[in-house]
Amino acid sequence: MKKARPNRELKMDVRGKSKIVANGILSSNPVFRLVLGMCPTLAISTSAFNGLGMGVAATVVLVCSNALVSLLRKVIPDKVRIPAYVLIIATFVTLVEMLLRKFVPALYDALGIYLPLIVVNCIILARAEAFASTNKVGDSVLDGLGMGLGFTLALVLLGVIREFLGSGTFFVGSFGEAEFGLTLGSLPDYSMSVFVLPAGGFLTLGLVMAAINALSDKAAAKRDAKHEEEGKMIDERVREHVEGELAALQSAEAEGAGASEADAAVRNGGDGAGEDEK
Amino acid sequence: MTYFLLIIGAMFVNNFVLCQFLGCCPFLGVSKKTDTALGMGLAVIFVMGIASVFTWLVQKLLVAAGIEYLQTIAFILVIAALVQLVELVLKKFMPSLYSALGVYLPLITTNCAVLGVAILNIQSYGIASAESLLLSFLNGVFSGAGFTIAILLLAGIRERMDLNSVPKPFRGFPITLIAASIMSLAFTAFSGMIS
Repeated sequence: MKKARPNRELKMDVRGKSKIVANGILSSNPVFRLVLGMCPTLAISTSAFNGLGMGVAATVVLVCSNALVSLLRKVIPDKVRIPAYVLIIATFVTLVEMLLRKFVPALYDALGIYLPLIVVNCIILARAEAFASTNKVGDSVLDGLGMGLGFTLALVLLGVIREFLGSGTFFVGSFGEAEFGLTLGSLPDYSMSVFVLPAGGFLTLGLVMAAINALSDKAAAKRDAKHEEEGKMIDERVREHVEGELAALQSAEAEGAGASEADAAVRNGGDGAGEDEK
Repeated sequence: MTYFLLIIGAMFVNNFVLCQFLGCCPFLGVSKKTDTALGMGLAVIFVMGIASVFTWLVQKLLVAAGIEYLQTIAFILVIAALVQLVELVLKKFMPSLYSALGVYLPLITTNCAVLGVAILNIQSYGIASAESLLLSFLNGVFSGAGFTIAILLLAGIRERMDLNSVPKPFRGFPITLIAASIMSLAFTAFSGMIS
């Protein structure tokens, strides 16, 4: 048992770390749960490939800025922390912008104005302020990674839906020389272009969010039901226990009726003594 | 006529929120009540107008120094400083307006509409002439006006929506997004009005 302890601690630690990452992807997904970073989400998710590109760019910025903010958290004075964070984020955004322009020009053109606008993506500033400024470097990097992956996942999900309905294709894009993606038969002829328009963006996000709410409500209801059942079982056990005790008490009372009478007499005597003292 | 087209274009045809997805966070976050929405809208008009002028000047400096690649960093710093400055000036000289705009002023620093309008101005008007400065300023102010229209309309809808029974999974953001979607659909009708 004693030998296993350090091992278990390590495991707990790994679980804690992976929890930080999973937190960003699922339970507090920046798009579906925290409702942050709406502008790039809606604007870029017209195709899955663009969504992926935006997500990766934002993740890189998020991880780097979280790391640097966390490293400098004791140096940055409290009063100028927001401008300092914005400056850090802007630096990394400029780097990413230059890299994309050089290596993936198609994506650079597709992201357009939303690439420099990563600077004012509320997810990044929010994580710098809420997490990186009070946590260790390692945890901050993991948090950035989790949030970034959650953001990317949301963008790709919306992108796949909107691309399929709006242009009838699946994950069309190009990376350097390589082109990939599926054109689904004659589906592009029957596409509903409204889904690539801004209106479709709002609509898709609203519907996906509602679906996620419904699913998580269902899961919560299930969990509650399970808890209730467990609670009932516990109630049952408690009742059995109490009944057992009661039965024991009653039999004890029946046995020692005389003793209890003596008790009562003592009590009366005590009361009387008290009155005398008064 | 150019100016008229620019104004209509900035307010309706290329509405910042509903057609270009800039400033969505405050659009969805601060649109619960019409009066707060109006406050936010006014603050955005104010800051976008001033920011358009200042970023134009800054871009001129950057080009003169040959460091255009610092555009993003320079602009965001200028905007943050500007918002702080506007806050100070308003507090000192126009306390009534200051209290009306209240908490919305600092929030605007991270409103992508402001940085967006600055970058778009430079992209579409350049920095060559004095006219481009005027065009940038007008574009800033009326893009802000477009934002105000959108957020006011949405706030009105949301106030009414509070009285209706919405299916549970749709409560909150989903139904707001769907309302925004229908509004956006209506604004799509303006596209093609100005080529």
